[in-house]
Amino acid sequence: MKLFGALLCCSCCFAASTVIQNATVMTVTKGTYTGSIVIENGKIAAAGPNLPVPAGATVVDAKGKWVIPGIIDCHSHIAAESINEGSISVAAMVGIEDVLNPEDIAIYRALAGGVTSANILHGSADSIGGKCELIKLRWGKDAEGLKFQGGPPEIKFALGENPKRRGESGFGTGPQNLRYPATRMGVEDVIREAFTEAKAYQASWKEYEDKKAQGKVAIPPARDLKLEPLVEVMEGKRIVNVHCYRQDEILMILRVAHDFNFKPILQHVLEGYKVADEIAASGATASTFSDWWSYKVEAYDAIPWNAALMARKGIIVSLNSDDAELMRHLNTEAAKAMKYGDLTRDEALAMVTINPAKQLHVDHLVGSIEPGKDADLAIYDGDPLSTLSKVTQVYIDGDLYFDRDKDLAGRPEIEKERKLLITKAADRAKQDAKNAKKDTDKDKDKEKPSR
Amino acid sequence: MKPILILATAAALSPLAYGADNSTSYFIRGATIHTMAGRDISNGSILIRDGKILGVGENLTAPADAQVIDAHGMQVYPGMIDSFTDTGLTEIEMVRETSDNSELGKFNPQLSAWMAVNPSSEHIPVTRANGITASVPVPNGSLIAGRASMIHLDGWTVDDMDLNPTVALHINMPVIRTRTFHFPEGATERPFEEVHKDYLKELQELNKFFDDAHRYEKAKAANEPGFETDLKFEAMIPVIDGKVPVMITAMREREIRDAIAFADKQKLRMILAGGAEAWKVAAELKARNIPVVLRPTLSLPEEEDDPYDKPFTTPGELYRAGVLFSFGSYDAQFSRNLPYQAAAAVPFGLPHDAAIAGVTINAAKIYGMDKKVGSIEEGKIADLMITDGDPLEEQTHVKQLFINGKQVDLNNRQLRLYEKYKSRP
Repeated sequence: MKLFGALLCCSCCFAASTVIQNATVMTVTKGTYTGSIVIENGKIAAAGPNLPVPAGATVVDAKGKWVIPGIIDCHSHIAAESINEGSISVAAMVGIEDVLNPEDIAIYRALAGGVTSANILHGSADSIGGKCELIKLRWGKDAEGLKFQGGPPEIKFALGENPKRRGESGFGTGPQNLRYPATRMGVEDVIREAFTEAKAYQASWKEYEDKKAQGKVAIPPARDLKLEPLVEVMEGKRIVNVHCYRQDEILMILRVAHDFNFKPILQHVLEGYKVADEIAASGATASTFSDWWSYKVEAYDAIPWNAALMARKGIIVSLNSDDAELMRHLNTEAAKAMKYGDLTRDEALAMVTINPAKQLHVDHLVGSIEPGKDADLAIYDGDPLSTLSKVTQVYIDGDLYFDRDKDLAGRPEIEKERKLLITKAADRAKQDAKNAKKDTDKDKDKEKPSR
Repeated sequence: MKPILILATAAALSPLAYGADNSTSYFIRGATIHTMAGRDISNGSILIRDGKILGVGENLTAPADAQVIDAHGMQVYPGMIDSFTDTGLTEIEMVRETSDNSELGKFNPQLSAWMAVNPSSEHIPVTRANGITASVPVPNGSLIAGRASMIHLDGWTVDDMDLNPTVALHINMPVIRTRTFHFPEGATERPFEEVHKDYLKELQELNKFFDDAHRYEKAKAANEPGFETDLKFEAMIPVIDGKVPVMITAMREREIRDAIAFADKQKLRMILAGGAEAWKVAAELKARNIPVVLRPTLSLPEEEDDPYDKPFTTPGELYRAGVLFSFGSYDAQFSRNLPYQAAAAVPFGLPHDAAIAGVTINAAKIYGMDKKVGSIEEGKIADLMITDGDPLEEQTHVKQLFINGKQVDLNNRQLRLYEKYKSRP
């Protein structure tokens, strides 16, 4: 029994322990040092300049390399199919969970850009969209395996131009199947009506629970899958992501949030800099683009100083991608906050690591390099805030999910497989053509008069 | 001859008249000068007069009438050139009324981008604030989309901005696309045979248009009775005579090869634009001296099973194959990020110098403008920027900018909004 225990311990240490050595480590929250990170059982066991190597640990020499916490993208639509339930204005019953696609190549590409977690959101067609899903980019796992364990559930709201398209595509498809709302006034009303309904629903359950507790005859209310998530929002159990642009609608949603007791993540929030004091006072956080502007009217007043200005006012700010390509270099998106607004290196990097973790209430698990946190790490061959560096390795839960050397070594095999598939498809096409000809010949035979 | 110090922020620069004249002479001294024409000069000086670079070197003395700019610890680079942009042609992407980049009709060689550039576009000051001094607006409609121009990002009028109204005739190569995506309806598919037939038909139409242009030219030269002036064919004459190159946008290998075959057949000078799969055709491009205006490096790979870094490695691959190439933003809102398109290729094999060349001198060479712009050399137009670091790095600031020998205001709509709301009580 003793022996078994020892073996078990030994094998688990051997299998689960990795040490990254000689690296420049940007912890984000505890400064930068040159030294090691010890990974055990998927967690960061120790981080510091002079750490002993546990017996049997796998040693990764990262001399000349830099390590940062895995990047967290607070606004993404990868790994999901069909993200807009555009037919109705309150679609709180639908969820990204049901459309997660673990085979989306964008997962691997983002991983190769140092991203380890992504907040997968619905689109912005509806004033109240659906339930979002925070994922880890565990490429190779199934949909269930992508899910981030330990974060609160979420929902997406949308304000402004997109939800007020009345169900149209926005590109002039004509006024068929119009649906409310068509104005920013209507958008607010849709959200308030939904919460008002949700309040009544919440009360009906409370009445039922109270009666039951008193031993009275009680009939449970019918479950309403649309209102349930909104009740969770009011009870502080579900995070609200709000797609917003203009300052007027930002203030509107802050009033609504106050009335129904939630503190949203303001997504895009391109005019956040105009009402930064109000946002800071409300306790809402902000997730924005580094420098997108002018792609639509409500984005015309966007400025690249938005992130830094809001951060200086005390708002927790993250920089996001909303895009499968931009997602691949969020590290240099963060660097733009140094150019525009003179943030420090740590403040800039925080915007794609610890800040989104705080916004998503998972900062006890990810977002910085500290003992006890998940071993989600990105290794660069140079300064991570430089455009001239690239990712060499990415770890999630202590497992190596991206390795540039392995990727390069595997390319000839993929090329061989590609050629084989093309040959097979070509052969098949030839065979099909032959068979088709035979069939027509047969048909011709049939047409011949029988003797 | 009082030296003025480089000030800390662009906003702090003394207000400069928009499009002021270039009668002031400037003497920039003490900077590291990256001329992009030979070696870098440390502690060098540049003399600017009447819009031109009058001298550049180590041992220049400042003329008495020149305004001296002390740029110790600073870097000087040629102003950057965006080789393919929408700047000036589009203000707000989703508002059609603000967009002039895409005309109706298949054959529009008579159109010129230059004349539709809005000198008051807010994109112009925003873009140049990051060191872009010139750009190439490109009409982007159907098959023959129109003439690309090269403009300065400063001026009271398009005439002031004009560097060359016709640097290339832009042709969009027909595309074989079996799957098209429409937001929000989703994807529609058509069988390959059908799409391929359309593709060949369009290629044929394109060839026919060029053949007709040749007939037109002959008829005109022969002064044939009944000859009537046709503005479309008039615009084709410099193209078929080889005076104006065709810039053909093609992404995939097949389309690039067909574009080359088309240019060969019609005996045209060709520039390839886009060129996502140019790396597959690098040897042919090199052999025919066809330069490439690359699509943004920061793009996704064409195929699902392409290496994740294909767009990042492509510039380096073209470089090693000896192909002349430059970078374009293919956009308005992100034109200012042009240097980062070049930078993204550096960690994946493109030499740093070649990346800078791809946003300066090589862009000028491709469009036949290298006698005028693209490097810091005596006699060239004084388009240059003074920076506090490597322009390929996001963190670098452009401190001063010269266009056509004029010191240009780095202020812009976005900076004004920032200053305004930063000081909101």
